[in-house]
Amino acid sequence: MNSQNKGVTGDEVLIRDASFPKPFSNGLEFNPPVHGTWNIVHIGLQMPEAVQIYVCAKNCMRGVVLTAAEMNASDRFSFVILKEEDMVRGGLDDVTIAGVIDVIQKRIRAGQKPKAVQLFPVCVHHFLGTDYKRMYRILEETFPDIDFYQAYMDPIMQKKGFTPDQKLRRAMFEHFRKEEPERKTAAILGCDFRIEDSSEIVQLLQANGWRVRQIQDCHTYEEFLELGKAELFISVYPPGLLGTQAAAKRLGRKFLYLPSTFDQEEVGAQLDQLAETCGYDARFSTQEQELEEALEHLHQKIGETPIQIDGTAHPRPLGLARLLSAHGMRVEKVYLDAISPEEEKAFLWLKENCPELVLSAIMHVRKRTYVSGQAERQKTIAIGQKAAYFADTPHFVNIVQGFGLHGLDGAIRMCRLIEEAFEEEKDTRDIVPRKGLGCESCLW
Amino acid sequence: MVNSYRIIPVYTGDVSGAASALYELGGLTVIHDPSGCNSTYNTHDETRWYDEDSLIYISGLSELDAILGNDEKLIRDIVYAAEAMHPQFIALASSPIPFLNGTDFQGIAKVVEHRTGLPTFFVPTNGTHDYTIGAGEAFLALAKHLFSGKTKKAPTSVEGRKKINILGLTPLDFDAPGILGSLGAKLSDYEIVSQWACGSSLEELKKADEADLNLVVSVTGLKTAQWMQEHLGMPYVLGCPVGAYADVLMHPERPAPETEEGDIVIVGEPVMAVSLKEHLKMRYGLKACVIDPLETTCPGVFAQTRGEEDLEALLQDAAWVIADPLYQPLLPQGAGFIPFSHEAFSGRCFRGQRVNVLDDQVLEEWLKPLTERETVQ
Repeated sequence: MNSQNKGVTGDEVLIRDASFPKPFSNGLEFNPPVHGTWNIVHIGLQMPEAVQIYVCAKNCMRGVVLTAAEMNASDRFSFVILKEEDMVRGGLDDVTIAGVIDVIQKRIRAGQKPKAVQLFPVCVHHFLGTDYKRMYRILEETFPDIDFYQAYMDPIMQKKGFTPDQKLRRAMFEHFRKEEPERKTAAILGCDFRIEDSSEIVQLLQANGWRVRQIQDCHTYEEFLELGKAELFISVYPPGLLGTQAAAKRLGRKFLYLPSTFDQEEVGAQLDQLAETCGYDARFSTQEQELEEALEHLHQKIGETPIQIDGTAHPRPLGLARLLSAHGMRVEKVYLDAISPEEEKAFLWLKENCPELVLSAIMHVRKRTYVSGQAERQKTIAIGQKAAYFADTPHFVNIVQGFGLHGLDGAIRMCRLIEEAFEEEKDTRDIVPRKGLGCESCLW
Repeated sequence: MVNSYRIIPVYTGDVSGAASALYELGGLTVIHDPSGCNSTYNTHDETRWYDEDSLIYISGLSELDAILGNDEKLIRDIVYAAEAMHPQFIALASSPIPFLNGTDFQGIAKVVEHRTGLPTFFVPTNGTHDYTIGAGEAFLALAKHLFSGKTKKAPTSVEGRKKINILGLTPLDFDAPGILGSLGAKLSDYEIVSQWACGSSLEELKKADEADLNLVVSVTGLKTAQWMQEHLGMPYVLGCPVGAYADVLMHPERPAPETEEGDIVIVGEPVMAVSLKEHLKMRYGLKACVIDPLETTCPGVFAQTRGEEDLEALLQDAAWVIADPLYQPLLPQGAGFIPFSHEAFSGRCFRGQRVNVLDDQVLEEWLKPLTERETVQ
């Protein structure tokens, strides 16, 4: 069980001893009471005026329907319950189709006809061989003026295939129309948080007369569809890559993958790539000096304060650990269950230069009782909600999923957020159990 | 169609119900599920997750393991967890895919028990039922495990105080601030042997066969009470000591509450709803109609609904509705509404607005909008 391929059975390992990309072996899974990351309800409902319809058993339904309720979005959420007999007697497809038609008709009668429906069949549909083509054909024939999006809530497939999150992000671009692209327009797609106008990629595009569209700026379904008119599709967030690339290919658009990173060389290469794609010779000047100053300032401020980072805060936790460590700061622990292939370079650098850095699993069985007995620990800065929970610290950077930080501008903003976390306390117990950081919530 | 829902949510599912029932007993509960069950449970159905450790995990079932029937991985993972975390027992719960592929949980439980030396049992869930089924089955499985083949111990009451167990007590139904204290105060004439399963340890539950009587405060405890009556000869009463109803509740020989009709409608967990109905009748002379939206029911319920459509039709003529706030979109125009938020329905959406209906003062104040208008008329 301790082989390099399977990872260690324990919940922590020094990076010098860790295997890549799987430092820990699989086992029973613990879920910490930390829920700021987005799920498929938060992601899908970014599409304005769309309605989600789920078809599943009660226990599976509970999490998504209450996510919508907490978002004050019950009116954009409907569902069909699958009963025991629906699964064992056959006819699941017909129950699903009839249920979806029925619930849409109920919505129409209530004056809530949707323009777009994101439909989520589940694991049992795969196992019982649902004929999805037939299902969508019937639905589209029944409601020709509604756009149906083929999403899934099928986590059983995610260990060897795409996650429901990735598949939803792919489905969300299915109805972008194949039409003449809008010249000098770029769309940043598949990212939950708006990429700031101060980021280098947005600056570069805008300085050269490009319009940059993002889903967070869309207020109507039509505005959302107009994202598909862009001449250039950019993906910046790994779970959005699959869908953005597929949409670009289908529509014949230019495509760039410029993931958010803390690697200065990588940022430079991304800007070169962007300039080349957009037809500019000169590389846009980056904020390298400003970042160095920000890191130096941060180091002076926080000194030897230990830092812990978790993989839900940003897709590149090891890259961030590397950046901070390389500038003299004391990163002691990174929480993750697996290492992204995009982090191999940072992993190897840390293995060589920070061999005592601890990698700590998030879902491991031992993590259930992890927080106990840490009351005496020294002041620790956590980056991410899960790190805050496990480190039991009020000093944390409250972000998830990259938070729209991009390029060196993003790294500079991260330095400011870490400084804020060092100086101010947050109510960890109150904040981290809340779902969907940044989304509307009835709990706030 | 009864299974299509436009606007209201579903109640907590059976898997969460099972986990909630066993939460405080020091066991290891394993939900055989790919993902989601644990997160759903601890986010929306469990108030104790952040502050009180309990060993509840999912198996992280993958497509390949499900298709190839790789039960050995599940067994190995459970054994590892048991060795690492030292639980007092192991409970297994199932979800839709293991249900579909006919996973032999009884067999897995035997193998796990053999390898770990720990009592291991299966709680028959599959994700398609509500929490009353899951919690009910979990309590029953535990009772069978503790008392099968045993006979009731002779009562050892001191100073004439009867000994009782309280069955069906989970935060899914009882999480209002102070409600457990109020329940204890209402039962101060009795010696409480065990509370299934809030505020009692497994050791205390093991003494449940010393009691004279079971008090079933929600339908989640009903199956266990019936089993204990049959196998231990222990009688039970069904109800919650809500207001005036507390005066008559504890007599096993009292007639069961009658079904009533009327334009005051209570929607919710049936034992609590019927007890509230009885209080309204005894204290104010008001007749209320109880609608049970769950899969387990009890005497005094007017109708059990099978979904949103059914319920909407039944509420059509209601003048007053007492129910969780997430039922509001189904209310007829002009109906009065008394919000009765319920963890097992709206989760944490209205947690700050829970009403401790076992506190008589709070109860009276909460019902005022209804009682003042209706009793004047």
